[in-house]
Amino acid sequence: MKFLAKCLALATFATAIPSLSAEEVYVYSSRKEHLIKPLFDMYEKKTGVKVKYVTDKAAPLIARLKAEGKRTPADMLITVDAGNLWFATQEGVLKSLDSKVLEENVPAHLRDPKNHWTGLSVRARTIVYNPERVKPTELSTYENLADAQWKGRLCLRTSKKVYNQSLVATMMANKGKEATETVLKGWIKNLAAKPFSNDTKVLKAVAAGQCDVGIVNTYYFGRLMKKEPGLKLALFWPNQKDRGVHVNISGAGITKHAKHPEAAQKLLEWLSSAEAQEQFAGLNMEYPVNPKVEAVKSVKQWGDFKGDVINVNEAGRLQKHAVKLMDTVGYR
Amino acid sequence: MTHQLVAEQLPKPPAQSSDNKHLMLLRVSLWGLALFVALPFIWILMSWQQIDAELWQHLTDTLLLELVLNTLQLVVLVGFGVVLLGVGLAWLTTMCEFPGRRWLDWALMLPLAMPAYVLAFVVLGFVDFGGPLHQWTGDINWLPDIRNGFGVSVVLTLVLYPYVYMMSRASFLQQGLTHYETARSLGMGPWKAFFKLALPMSRPAIVAGTSLALMETLADFGAVSVFNFNTFTTAIYKAWFDFFSLQTAAQLASLLMIFVLFALLSEQRVRQKLRYYQTHKTKQQGRIQLTHRSRWLAFGFAFTVFLLAFLLPSIQLLVWALSSLDDWNSNYWELVEHTLLLGGGAGVVTVTAAFLAALARHLCKDSSMNRLTSFIRLGYALPGSVLAVGIMLSLTFIDNHLIYPLFETLEWEAPLLSSGVAALLFAYLVRFISVAYGPIDSSFEKMTPTLAEVARSLGASQRQVVTRVYLPLLKPGLLTGLLLVLVDVMKEMPATLLLRPFGWDTLAVKIFEMTSEGEWARASLPAITLVLVGLVPVILLVRKTAR
Repeated sequence: MKFLAKCLALATFATAIPSLSAEEVYVYSSRKEHLIKPLFDMYEKKTGVKVKYVTDKAAPLIARLKAEGKRTPADMLITVDAGNLWFATQEGVLKSLDSKVLEENVPAHLRDPKNHWTGLSVRARTIVYNPERVKPTELSTYENLADAQWKGRLCLRTSKKVYNQSLVATMMANKGKEATETVLKGWIKNLAAKPFSNDTKVLKAVAAGQCDVGIVNTYYFGRLMKKEPGLKLALFWPNQKDRGVHVNISGAGITKHAKHPEAAQKLLEWLSSAEAQEQFAGLNMEYPVNPKVEAVKSVKQWGDFKGDVINVNEAGRLQKHAVKLMDTVGYR
Repeated sequence: MTHQLVAEQLPKPPAQSSDNKHLMLLRVSLWGLALFVALPFIWILMSWQQIDAELWQHLTDTLLLELVLNTLQLVVLVGFGVVLLGVGLAWLTTMCEFPGRRWLDWALMLPLAMPAYVLAFVVLGFVDFGGPLHQWTGDINWLPDIRNGFGVSVVLTLVLYPYVYMMSRASFLQQGLTHYETARSLGMGPWKAFFKLALPMSRPAIVAGTSLALMETLADFGAVSVFNFNTFTTAIYKAWFDFFSLQTAAQLASLLMIFVLFALLSEQRVRQKLRYYQTHKTKQQGRIQLTHRSRWLAFGFAFTVFLLAFLLPSIQLLVWALSSLDDWNSNYWELVEHTLLLGGGAGVVTVTAAFLAALARHLCKDSSMNRLTSFIRLGYALPGSVLAVGIMLSLTFIDNHLIYPLFETLEWEAPLLSSGVAALLFAYLVRFISVAYGPIDSSFEKMTPTLAEVARSLGASQRQVVTRVYLPLLKPGLLTGLLLVLVDVMKEMPATLLLRPFGWDTLAVKIFEMTSEGEWARASLPAITLVLVGLVPVILLVRKTAR
């Protein structure tokens, strides 16, 4: 029957108008289905509120939100980086929230200063090394990887990935443009191979000995080690004596023209709560934003670290400048 | 005998005025189609209202030259590659006899079911550090560095050559060996006969296939990103995703669009000067007998292509898929169902439109129709996401300014264009009409104009010529178009992602979910499913076009 109905929908080009009752929340998400669905199922079981979602990359979703304007069916936007939330705020598609719960659950540097969005999980971008070729005492900071001792030993992911753009943006905020440019030039000089298209490739290259060190998000490391525990890889937390490890967030905001703003806000608050946080971060081996919640065991064993407390909003604000700098020095 | 029959059935020669009316109707409908298809193009051109001079300065200073050169490199290499493989293999399987010819004849079309981004990640996974090749050889020096223009070109050639193969194969089959053998008996060498005779006679088909392959090369984002190879299309995405400037992205896309329009128009002009008609369908009599050595060479060539483009990657995908079999659930059947439904729906709509366009061009025979048909085919060369956003924005514009106000005054619930299946089908139409148009138009090209004239002189009306002469002769072309669109829609990712209504996830969406988080091995389960489902139309295609 359902199949027939779909055929009919196709034949008549019928419009599927989302018939949203009060008991529903509609989400646009660039966080993937298998990382959000278990939580939405949990929420529905608990409250009876059904969460519907469409996934795509963040940029098209934001363009869609903007075009739909006040007629958008979406109540919430979830992204996997702060830059796109910053941009969504610039585009005026998110609304400012007044929530004591979020203020309590999420540290200030992981939220928008003007409360348009909040982080829901922390993604740490750190150094990975091959313990057979590198002693941890040789490592110190991101900047140090530009040093001549790493010549022909460094692997990086492409500059087209937002995680690297945020890393460079926050470095610029901390050290200034010129110092950052010197670091980038050093990195490029030290590369053992052309930049890779994803973090897993960087990890594999380090493990296989194509290079000795790389910069990756920790959950890629966790995921790969779970599958191939024997790999010669270890994490190092850089910059512990100054600003700390670079962190980005996966986060969310409520849309300006949400049809169910209260229901959406409740969902968002629940996602930041102790009950949901372990699962939200744990599904992808990330870190919870809520300081009262511990990371899952497999993540905790990598050790504690000091994270950068610069507001992640800066990553979005400076992203353009970071990309320009990376283009100029020839970091592809 | 036949003549009598036709004459008897059509006693009254219809009035000239009704013909003109039909032509007029055809003209109007092509204009209508073009206007419709033009919506996203208009949006792309409108982007020039405001220019981010600083960003343009940055792009021209740092990247543009490199990207244009990279893109040209791809176009040249892929163009050369698809013609070499496509035409060469088609000639071998249609005209020559060699071991394994029968099954290779259809097997060589199978790579059509393999999305470029899938082959790209399989190939890289295979030759990378720590990959199977590294483990077998145990030696770093054996690993080729393929993350460059050459590597991308090889991957794109392997997935795109079937377009050329299929179209030139159909054309060679129709051509038969008669001309070639006449030339040979008059003393022409085999190579000369091939290049001077067989090749020019199949030119419309080869050109149609190659231009499809090249347009897809220009639009490709998936394969080049896996290789981290920067092209004009990656710059478009850079402007949008990294610099948050959709406007500059659209401006860059408009340059690509103008370049392709120019190329299509000049191709059409060249083609018009040289016409090759098939006067009669030749019955194939025997095949060229190759020497013992070249028989095995032919087999080796064809088999290697099949191995590299389809067999090895499929095996690798299967191996990976088996390791993530836990992901399989009943949901997958729904994904398959949606994939096929959308593909089939889009196929019918798109082929109808393409037939209309080809008909208008061949019946009206004037330059405005020529230009219009070139124009409506541009969608295939545009990067998918940019086109999808263009469609989404133009449809929401109509929704917001036309449909909503209208229905509001009527106090009905408005059926929004932008949020239904219609939007998606429209996007597929704009994107893939070129794919359907190619085979239909090249079947038209081969028809002698005298055919229609004879029918007319026997009293058939314009409409009867279409339904009783053109349609039956075009059937193979229409069917090819339909199945090609079906396969292409199944592989399509960006428009499906952006425009699918809630609950219309497809296999390509599933692949995106996995790959965007870097879970390549887990992506192989939906990927191999997509390849298997994609085989259905390809096998249908093979059976319909086999002798």
